[in-house]
Amino acid sequence: MNLTLQIWRQENAKAKGKIVEYPIKDISPDMSFLEMLDILNRQLITNGDTPVAFDHDCREGICGSCSLYINGEAHGPDRRVTTCQLHMRKFKDGDTIFIEPFRADAFPVIKDLVVDRSAFDRIQHAGGFISVNTSGNTQDGNSIPISKHDADEAMDAATCIGCGACVASCKNSSAMLFVGAKVSQYALLPQGQIEATDRVQNMVAQMDLEGFGNCTNTGACEVECPKGISLENIARMNRELIKASVKS
Amino acid sequence: MSEVLKSSIGRKIAMALSAFFLMFFILQHFAINILSVLDPDTFNEVSHFMGTNPLVQYVLQPVLIFGVIFHFAMGFVLEFKNKSSRSVSYAKNNANANSTWMSRNMIYSGGFILFFLVIHFIDFWIPELNIKYVIGDSSGLLEDGSGYRYFEELQHKFVPLWRVVLYCGGFVFLALHLLHGFNSAFQSVGANNKYTKSLKGFGKAYAILIPLGFIIIALFHYFNNSH
Repeated sequence: MNLTLQIWRQENAKAKGKIVEYPIKDISPDMSFLEMLDILNRQLITNGDTPVAFDHDCREGICGSCSLYINGEAHGPDRRVTTCQLHMRKFKDGDTIFIEPFRADAFPVIKDLVVDRSAFDRIQHAGGFISVNTSGNTQDGNSIPISKHDADEAMDAATCIGCGACVASCKNSSAMLFVGAKVSQYALLPQGQIEATDRVQNMVAQMDLEGFGNCTNTGACEVECPKGISLENIARMNRELIKASVKS
Repeated sequence: MSEVLKSSIGRKIAMALSAFFLMFFILQHFAINILSVLDPDTFNEVSHFMGTNPLVQYVLQPVLIFGVIFHFAMGFVLEFKNKSSRSVSYAKNNANANSTWMSRNMIYSGGFILFFLVIHFIDFWIPELNIKYVIGDSSGLLEDGSGYRYFEELQHKFVPLWRVVLYCGGFVFLALHLLHGFNSAFQSVGANNKYTKSLKGFGKAYAILIPLGFIIIALFHYFNNSH
């Protein structure tokens, strides 16, 4: 496959970026998208140019590091995959592919396609945890009965890898699907009840502080989420916040 | 509690609650207006009751005005904040792949509805206030005293074609706004459960049938009285 890549290049956080065109030849349809970028970078290095900076780590859809906005969609045109799981066979020979970083003021660009998603870490630190005794007297998890339905829903919420595709896809740069998933993951389990009130209030407050936009329920986040996190989690977070505000 | 009202989710819930109120009002408005097609005498009587009942005039009407202003003002405030959360736009954004036009353009459909409402207030509400509270005539009667004036006034308003077209346009935008807004309001207050699928169907029916009903009323009066 021969392709034309339109890639966002930005030297550093303060520099003004622009789209730069790169033709690339002989790409195998069986390659992953990141492998295609590896080939481009090898080509750039060989020519003495600066390679394109992009985030990646596990390359198997688990870590949530890869974060590209490809042809107008987070993680590209395929569904339920991260960029590293996207294959070049999803494109046609002769295609022009736009590759941009995830855009949100809360995710500032560090360089080229790499963005700073530490806002998500700070939201997690604000309440996305449970306090447990790790002294060696830990209670056996199986001694706490949990319904299959709740366990499944908590597990579904916990599959969020925090990649930020929800923020990138949302016209408002809202992080509510991410925060909703993290709140739901604990709200559905008995272990999460003790800190439930503080958790949702603190995580929502931190989310607002980070400058994410407000959810207007377009559902773009759910469609683009590589893990299929449902909008039900946002509704649950809203209920949890109403409950918490009444309690406190 | 004050903290939740300041939060992004609190504002979203407030938007949803004002939307519920306005959707109920639209339903009630339609129920009265359709009487002008089905039974003009009853339409006159109900209109007179609504126009002179102290509870409606001095309690419900101010609440409605507040609800309308709050919904629009909060909508514009949230839109401005949301726009400012992404200062650099995408060079290529395929939004149609993941969301509907209606859901992404609530501000524009809402903006047209606001424009329509201004015309609607100038057409009906301000003259009504003038007759009742400036001139001081709360009788609701025609000048010759032969009956109530409401039905005749309504017919008269739908004679010019431009107004009929504007009203029909306003209702089309209302339908587009409701096609997303109805279910969005339920999602905002945390109602996403086993009934959501049925509710979505009901929401679509509401969003299409009520504005369509208003369009039929406008066209009915236009074709029955102008030609």
